[in-house]
Amino acid sequence: MLDYLISFLILTGAIFTFIGSLGLVRLKDFYTRLHGPTKATTLGVGCLLIASSIYFSIYTAGLSLHEVLITIFLFITAPVSAHMLAKAALHVGLRSLAEIPEEKLAEKKKGSAAAKQANIQEAGKPPSAESIETKDT
Amino acid sequence: MLAIVIPIALTLVAASVAMCFWRLLKGPTVLDRILALDTLYVNAIALLVLLGIHIGSTLFFEAALLIALMGFIGTVALCKYLMRGDIIE
Repeated sequence: MLDYLISFLILTGAIFTFIGSLGLVRLKDFYTRLHGPTKATTLGVGCLLIASSIYFSIYTAGLSLHEVLITIFLFITAPVSAHMLAKAALHVGLRSLAEIPEEKLAEKKKGSAAAKQANIQEAGKPPSAESIETKDT
Repeated sequence: MLAIVIPIALTLVAASVAMCFWRLLKGPTVLDRILALDTLYVNAIALLVLLGIHIGSTLFFEAALLIALMGFIGTVALCKYLMRGDIIE
């Protein structure tokens, strides 16, 4: 009976890992790509580790708690690294494929007009570095 | 039951490792490559755990734990470098 439970957990984990990496390959822009692996992989590897924990608790002497350690560590670190990646992407200036909302667009136009006037007033100042342009596949 | 399931699971995880490599080589920006590395180390943990069940050895857990630790530190260091231009300030 427990064998079936272990098999189910292993299959679920492997399929979720696969789906996460498929998202990494197929999705169109960095922010959506970030979404795929970080969610799916955590669940997938979590399932695999729980299966392994049950397996070694049955077939070897004593409880096997190494996997719980890895699971807790992964569950703590995966959101942190995803957050760091998103922050770095915003800092570098990656564009998302989503359209800019109209209010923001109007604000931006106003802002750029004001910036142009400021530039005219302070001629000779070098233009600010442009954000890195990205080519999305 | 397990003898059938584990090879299937190993194949699926190996395929996902291959897809991570594809993104690592192709990725249009640096951040895509970092994300691919991040996913790659999580997949490596999955592969090690599956291999441990397949062979029936508990030796692999220490390796998996070390990979989890070093992978996280690597991702954070790379992101920090991109954000601040320095890792330890």
